[in-house]
Amino acid sequence: MGFLPFVFPLAELEVGQHLYWQIGNFRIHGQVFMTSWLLIGALLALVVIGTKKMERDPKGVQNLLEFLWDYIRDLARTQIGEKVYRDWMPFIGTLFLFIFVSNWGGALVPWKLIELPSGELGAPTADINTTVALALLVSLSYFYAGLSNKGLRYFEYYVHPTPIMLPFKIVEDFTKPLSLSFRLFGNILADELVVAVLVFLVPLVLPVPVMFLGLFTSAIQALIFATLAAYYIGEAVEEHH
Amino acid sequence: MPTLFLFGASEGGLFDFDATLPLMAVQVVLLTFILNALFFKPVGKVVEEREDYVNTSRAEAKKKIAEVERLETELKDQLKEARLEAQKVILEAEQDSENLYKEALALATSEANASREKARREIDSQRDEALNQLKSEADNLGDLIIERLLAKK
Repeated sequence: MGFLPFVFPLAELEVGQHLYWQIGNFRIHGQVFMTSWLLIGALLALVVIGTKKMERDPKGVQNLLEFLWDYIRDLARTQIGEKVYRDWMPFIGTLFLFIFVSNWGGALVPWKLIELPSGELGAPTADINTTVALALLVSLSYFYAGLSNKGLRYFEYYVHPTPIMLPFKIVEDFTKPLSLSFRLFGNILADELVVAVLVFLVPLVLPVPVMFLGLFTSAIQALIFATLAAYYIGEAVEEHH
Repeated sequence: MPTLFLFGASEGGLFDFDATLPLMAVQVVLLTFILNALFFKPVGKVVEEREDYVNTSRAEAKKKIAEVERLETELKDQLKEARLEAQKVILEAEQDSENLYKEALALATSEANASREKARREIDSQRDEALNQLKSEADNLGDLIIERLLAKK
């Protein structure tokens, strides 16, 4: 930022730079794993604290966990259906919790105070690798759900109302993970960029409403991802008559 | 801005796919199993046990309410019966006392009549006696007068 008279430490923008870790022949993005481990650790700590001493009259963290459990159960039950939602509830819930924690962690924790040799810490969901991994897991899940529930009759779904639908349904199998991953990636990255640019331009007051909007978007994106994943699984296990 | 790598950079960039992707997928799958064991199963158990408990408690409470209502109607019936019986007893007692009063009254009246009759009869007999005495005395006097008259001649 040589062209600016001052350098604001929080306002640096480093898009597309990564902290590479070399593992054998493979390279991974270190900053993504560092934040994700911290956030997963926080999530697990919350879960362990909340389930340590559970009672019939819930107290403290147990209330929060039960609220989350209930919320996830309702989500899974409405999208997947009464019959098999129990099998998929942990997966849907993990998607929701992981994405939610990642998004909010990326927005709320002042990661940029920690200097990295390259790249910067941020929401793990702002990395395309993470979102594509999640989206591919969803694709595998709904294929597995359909095949394990209906066997080869699952493929009736592709010609369901009429065989004309076949090409569209095949294209859908590719667009589903694509839209899932890019929606999440784009929203979170855009949110981080908007906040960073605003902080860079006007480091006072103005970014705050945008930050709140970012929190809102983050929560909504987690809900959308989990709901769509559940919907795809529900679509795969649904019985056609 | 120091660098802004975007598309097509040889190293880095926004769409830089590498081993992060499969590793992240494995990590999320592991997290699913961990959360299932630590969160979904135990919390689900507690929540469902509570739901069962609430449902059975509600059913029991409903049963108890029904029982209470049944007992209430039963007791009300019993109360009504008891009241009717009490009224009957009161009525009987009133009748009994009236009967007793009447009996006593009749007895007293008859006794009074009997003693009055007896007294009258006694009076009658004494009067008759007195009359007879007077008559015999008058007869004697008459005889005496006649004797004396006859003796003077």
